[in-house]
Amino acid sequence: MSTPLTPVITEFWDRPDLYTLDGYRAVGGYQGLTKALQMDPDDIIAQVKESGLRGRGGAGFPTGMKWGFVPQGDGKPHYLVVNADESEPGACKDIPIMMANPHALVEGVIIASYAIRANHAFIYIRGEVPNAIRKVEFAVKQAREAGLIGTNIQGSGFDLDVVVHSGAGAYICGEETALLDSLEGYRGQPRLKPPFPAVAGLYASPTVINNVETIANIPYIVDRGVEWFRGFGTEKSPGFKVFAVSGHVKRPGIYEAPLGITMRELLEYAGGMRDGSDVKFWIPGGSSVPMLTPEHLDLPLTYESMAEAGTMLGTGTPMVFDQTVSVVKAVTRWLEFYKHESCGKCTPCREGTYWITGVLEKFEHGHGEEQEMETLTHLCSQISGRSFCALGDAAATPYPAAMKYFRDEFVAATHTSADEQFDPIASYVFAGAAAR
Amino acid sequence: MPISDTTREQMREIAARYPSARSALLPMLHLAQSEEDEISTDGINACAEVLDITPAEVTAVATFYTMYKRERVGKHHIGVCTNTLCGLLGGDAVWESLVEATGAGHNTPSADGEFFLERIECQAACTHAPVMTVDWEFMDDVTPSSAVEVLEALRRGETVHSTRGPAIRDFQATEHTLAFPDDGLADAPSVDDKMLAGLRIAKERANELANEHGMTGGNA
Repeated sequence: MSTPLTPVITEFWDRPDLYTLDGYRAVGGYQGLTKALQMDPDDIIAQVKESGLRGRGGAGFPTGMKWGFVPQGDGKPHYLVVNADESEPGACKDIPIMMANPHALVEGVIIASYAIRANHAFIYIRGEVPNAIRKVEFAVKQAREAGLIGTNIQGSGFDLDVVVHSGAGAYICGEETALLDSLEGYRGQPRLKPPFPAVAGLYASPTVINNVETIANIPYIVDRGVEWFRGFGTEKSPGFKVFAVSGHVKRPGIYEAPLGITMRELLEYAGGMRDGSDVKFWIPGGSSVPMLTPEHLDLPLTYESMAEAGTMLGTGTPMVFDQTVSVVKAVTRWLEFYKHESCGKCTPCREGTYWITGVLEKFEHGHGEEQEMETLTHLCSQISGRSFCALGDAAATPYPAAMKYFRDEFVAATHTSADEQFDPIASYVFAGAAAR
Repeated sequence: MPISDTTREQMREIAARYPSARSALLPMLHLAQSEEDEISTDGINACAEVLDITPAEVTAVATFYTMYKRERVGKHHIGVCTNTLCGLLGGDAVWESLVEATGAGHNTPSADGEFFLERIECQAACTHAPVMTVDWEFMDDVTPSSAVEVLEALRRGETVHSTRGPAIRDFQATEHTLAFPDDGLADAPSVDDKMLAGLRIAKERANELANEHGMTGGNA
């Protein structure tokens, strides 16, 4: 195996006390902050730019560049908002980071706030994970008690307040401008851009919104340096990634590795496919990015290579499905999700997800009509690019990708239901009596 | 049931966390729900009064987010992920078994008020599929029978631990945590084998390498 695993954010997760300030400090925690507070904030922004760190929430936007968009000396309050609304189907790495290593997030929040000159930071965590919320709140409380959050932090003259905020169940709030509306106490609906949040974000003030894993990278970059960070990954995708591998593999779980590792290598670490099973299709990072097939297993998992293959790295949390799974059923279920989560603001997404789901459900039950495959293609093209935010684009993604590789299954679904084509029990991860 | 003065005072406390009081609305609604087991008209009015906005504005928000329920939930909220990955890996069968065992349905409580079932969307625990939640605490890697057993144990009043989190309390207690997350339960074990899967392999490899070098180099 050529690419080794490289635990950094996950390196000390086997320490039972890592979630405490003492435990985190015992493994070098908050050294990055001490260094940062002795630096000029602009130099930290420059360092993060040079590191090439790209957003780990899905879009892969360069983090340092995002920070650099915040106008300085504008006399307005600045805000840092952490997007901890991890809800993308397949994404399951931010919640583990917050439960296992919350201080890495908190330390990153303090450094990032200092760099962009924010005196107020918010960590917006989806409401359905109280155990992540309480862990992060505990870390913030301990950091506050230790003088790492508050006024004149470590004699630097820098003041910061951090608020842990609970969401209430809405996938759309992972979209950054919808998150801002939600954080302001409204329905979470996306805003028209521009203006971008860096200029007019929370309370119409300059705001940086970063993903949990992105922010958790910051202490390590500041502490260990750009050269060290660029020692992982590729030129365009530097660094490491907390990959979460799920599906029909023997050992689903968290595998932190350099960007550029292949899915085949990750699969091998995950123990391979379950017995008697082969990869049918897999998705590199959440249901919003197009699916791939076994022919793509040797591609490097980087932003650029996934884009070349017609998909995206997304959240870097591969879901792997074997031959027992009906593509028609999988896609229908994802569309039911997008229909449920469409906020209703934009007509193409609100109506389009409704109609696509309705037609797909006909196929799932074996009643699809041949010409409706065209209808679905048309509906997807009517949503894509025609809504305020990426939820519409995401909803228009699974069907065309599935058609590209598994058209035959949709044809078969004009006369045979998904469950007749593929016995659902065969996909279960428990067997025998448990499966009833 | 009118919202108590204590709760109103706590709502003001939440509002004071933010540069703009209205930002507190989501946690305030969680607090109202923790007191009433639902979002009632009284809860909506209390939020509106504290924030000096109209009940209609609060209602618009309360009806947008799925965690706010407009009817009483009962003792325990049970979520089963039936999104693609969990559902197809067995969540669908888990759901069927719970419907059968409780007589409840989607967003509907059981007749005895003990369990409220909900088909939930992705819970960010796909590595632990199929996933169930009890009062939003993780119950990972369930089967149709193990899920029913969890509910039976709760019904018998036994202590049931989340697989990654604290002992189960009840729905209203969790809602209180969402408003005031410093609930004293942060020490609950929350890291499991699946979260350590990659780390353990990396450590084994590092040990193997160290041993090889030890044998060839002769250094202790």
